[in-house]
Amino acid sequence: MRRLAYAIAPVALLAALLGAWELACRALHVAPYLLPPPSAVAVALAQDFPTLVAAAWNTLSVALIALVIASLIAQALAVIVALSPLAERAIRPLASVIQVTPVVAVAPLLLIWAGLDHPQRALVTLAVLVAFFPIFSGAVSGLKAADPDLERLFDLYGATRWQRALRLKLPSAVPFLLEGHKVGAGLAIIGAVVAEFGAGSGKVRGLAWQILEAGNRLQTARMIAGLVVLGAMGVALHAVLEAAERAGLKWWRGR
Amino acid sequence: MSVAALREVAVDYPRGRALGPFSLALAAGEIVALVGPSGCGKSTAMRLLAGLEAPSAGEVARTPGRGETAVVFQAPTLAPWLSARANAALPLELAGVARSEAAARADQALARVGLAGAEAARPAQLSGGMAMRVSLARALVTGPRLLLLDEPFAALDEITRRALADDVLSLWADSRPAIVFVTHNVEEAVYMASRVVVMTTGPGRTAGEVPVEAPMPRPAGFRTTRGFRARVEAVSALLAKGMAA
Repeated sequence: MRRLAYAIAPVALLAALLGAWELACRALHVAPYLLPPPSAVAVALAQDFPTLVAAAWNTLSVALIALVIASLIAQALAVIVALSPLAERAIRPLASVIQVTPVVAVAPLLLIWAGLDHPQRALVTLAVLVAFFPIFSGAVSGLKAADPDLERLFDLYGATRWQRALRLKLPSAVPFLLEGHKVGAGLAIIGAVVAEFGAGSGKVRGLAWQILEAGNRLQTARMIAGLVVLGAMGVALHAVLEAAERAGLKWWRGR
Repeated sequence: MSVAALREVAVDYPRGRALGPFSLALAAGEIVALVGPSGCGKSTAMRLLAGLEAPSAGEVARTPGRGETAVVFQAPTLAPWLSARANAALPLELAGVARSEAAARADQALARVGLAGAEAARPAQLSGGMAMRVSLARALVTGPRLLLLDEPFAALDEITRRALADDVLSLWADSRPAIVFVTHNVEEAVYMASRVVVMTTGPGRTAGEVPVEAPMPRPAGFRTTRGFRARVEAVSALLAKGMAA
């Protein structure tokens, strides 16, 4: 009974909020371009569904390509940093600069560099910039996270540099890498969406562009429908990443 | 014959002296317990004996070659991503022993510590006592001449630690390595060691020694004999003296 209540509670709250929204719109005669009722959003969602799904896929594919590129660069740099303190001293500040610079501010510049004919390249680059840091910093911490007593054991048995790297440092870093990729993937989506807003171009028809486009035409219901799909995509991606992290950890520690 | 010896060694860290001057000579096949208050430098002395650290002054003499010294830490210190077998085989694999032979010898070592059947288990699937046994198997797998145990049972409950103490003594009887073990537990020290060395408050020096002349493995009921009690009291008195010094 209690379980049932716990399962129903969030759905019930959502239904109540939507109901209140619908009633308020009708009772107060709110202009639909200002705030359309949920029923209008549902209609827009149903009508535009194929377009929205295609747009979601465009955004998602930008984010996934960016995730792969960010992952490769971040891990390669992390290995260099782990092997050489001098390299760490050199790379760290630059990596931090990339982390703290807002993507929106970099977007116009990258669009110029990528050329107006290839906005997708700029979008991927921007998403790489935001996805890079959590993976890099996870990999760096992970490569330094080996149990100090295990390190001593490797000293005791005279392990070579390679044995230490392959049998101790890399495996010790796995949980940190999983976490870094989970956070990085979430940020890659945000990066892709923000970059689309920055680009504002019709060449890459992602979700953000759909929302912008509907906004330009004051089709508020379609804007909200786009947001709904974006939210659903975020929730789905988060669930997949959580599951991937759990499975990875299970594989790593055997349970 | 001496397996390892510390001669008037001292270890200084930037924040001050950690140990010494301290001397300890270890004969082959001897079991020495190192007892002392927290921060007296027991673990530092262990690292010197293991050759993992060099003293600031004094001399360390060691006869065991590479792979002939083994250390068991306070925590099991196992690699979570490796099976019990792969953990126990690690010292052999680092020495370049072929994988199949290393696995076979690891299985033997696991069987010796009573873990036959658990070879494929991961550390997360083992209890604290079982994980400690894997750690012991890893230490024994190379057939060490010098075995260093740094508070190996500190994290275990009393029943498990007593069982492990008996196991260590019967394992010792097989190949008779020299053993040094650090403990805070005076009764455990007297029960396991042929000689208990008591250290003073840090930086540790020798406060005194108590020999324990009783057969190994210990006879049943050894803990309740008058001789056992007398030695526990002697060690406790030295500890109190060393704390006051």
